[in-house]
Amino acid sequence: MRTIKLEDAVAMIPIGATLMVGGFMGVGTPEPLVDELVRQQKGDLTVIANDTAAPGIGIGKLITARLLRRVIVSHIGLNPDTQQQMLAGELQVDLVPQGTLAERIRAGGFGLGGILTATGIGTIAEEGKQKIAVDGRDYLLEPALRAHFALVHAFIADYLGNLQYALTARNFNPLMAMAADTVIVQAENIVPVGVVAPDHVVTPAPVVDYLIAKG
Amino acid sequence: MDAQSLIARRIAQELRDGMLVNLGIGIPTLVANFVPEGIHVFFQSENGLIGTGPVPEPGMVLPWLTDAGGKPVTALPGACAFDSAMSFGLIRGGHLDITVLGGLQVDQRGLLANWMVPGKMVPGMGGAMDLVAGAKRVIVAMQHTAKGRPKIVRECALPLTSNRPVDLVVTELAVIGFPDGQATLLETQEGVAVEDVIATTEAELAFAPELTKPTLPRAASGAASFPPVGDAK
Repeated sequence: MRTIKLEDAVAMIPIGATLMVGGFMGVGTPEPLVDELVRQQKGDLTVIANDTAAPGIGIGKLITARLLRRVIVSHIGLNPDTQQQMLAGELQVDLVPQGTLAERIRAGGFGLGGILTATGIGTIAEEGKQKIAVDGRDYLLEPALRAHFALVHAFIADYLGNLQYALTARNFNPLMAMAADTVIVQAENIVPVGVVAPDHVVTPAPVVDYLIAKG
Repeated sequence: MDAQSLIARRIAQELRDGMLVNLGIGIPTLVANFVPEGIHVFFQSENGLIGTGPVPEPGMVLPWLTDAGGKPVTALPGACAFDSAMSFGLIRGGHLDITVLGGLQVDQRGLLANWMVPGKMVPGMGGAMDLVAGAKRVIVAMQHTAKGRPKIVRECALPLTSNRPVDLVVTELAVIGFPDGQATLLETQEGVAVEDVIATTEAELAFAPELTKPTLPRAASGAASFPPVGDAK
């Protein structure tokens, strides 16, 4: 793990990259990284996230700045801009059931090719997907998801990069921290090694590549 | 009592001590206000919390403690927090006793449509498909009609949420179940006549034995000719 300045971290991200961005309606989204993506005008991005938040919040800022080509999300209902760009054909929106999205990301980070789930069977979410029967029950084969970069929000990072999360700001963050080639973490608090007890570490330090240094 | 509270109060009677329950946004959220005295229910918020508490006092908002709509909440003693895989493991893995969701349409067999109106409203399914596929019991909380049109229909015109039928639909007029795959009027809300329910329901209803049988013949109920859902307006 290396500490890095915010602007240098975002400068590593090429135009057209695929990003996983933590957060649930903006809660647990690394806002400084989002703001810096907008400042550096990193465009043509694909974002994998739970939702597109709302205008002015989290991933909503990337939508408003028209930096996204495609989103893979479970919900866009609180962001009218996403719906408008989708209907205008400017943004590809792949809607995935939330539990399926979580497991596809987990599979990507855990070395699995995909998962089998009954969620979506008999709905338009099953279109184009392979069905597999196990013990007489039908499941959809949902492929794993990975990204070039994961932008992760943590409550506490220690100097090595061990991470702890806060309450509902945890959501997709620990899953995404496993599922990207390069993991960039923005933490609310950076503390000496030992402050986080081993039993309380949620994301182990070796998976973290960069920790944003405090400004 | 207003329609929403009537619905929520009736659903709360389905709660039992020790249950794990997920409440959706809207009417379902109100169910928490009517938990019967003397029982403890675990409420799950799918953004990663069991033990969601009321809205915090002014000045006590914690930005990392919110409901599934992103609104600040508190955590009750004994609450626990987890990531989205655990949250949906609880939902999909058969650990969730009851999910209460809103509905756009429910059909004759109990199939639910509640996540999109093509061309008009495409919010995404969020957790709805997992909740309906995975919960032990699925309860729909909704008004009986929308702009005068029945929401309990013969067949859903809107995209389905799951191929798994719901267990109970509670409206301000009635409680409807689906034994043997057939919409069945189980109860009417206080002061509501069976005829009122029939007149505002498009689906063919069976009747629980303890209910007073309707006096109006089905054909005269006037429920047959409603415009299709999703047309202009």
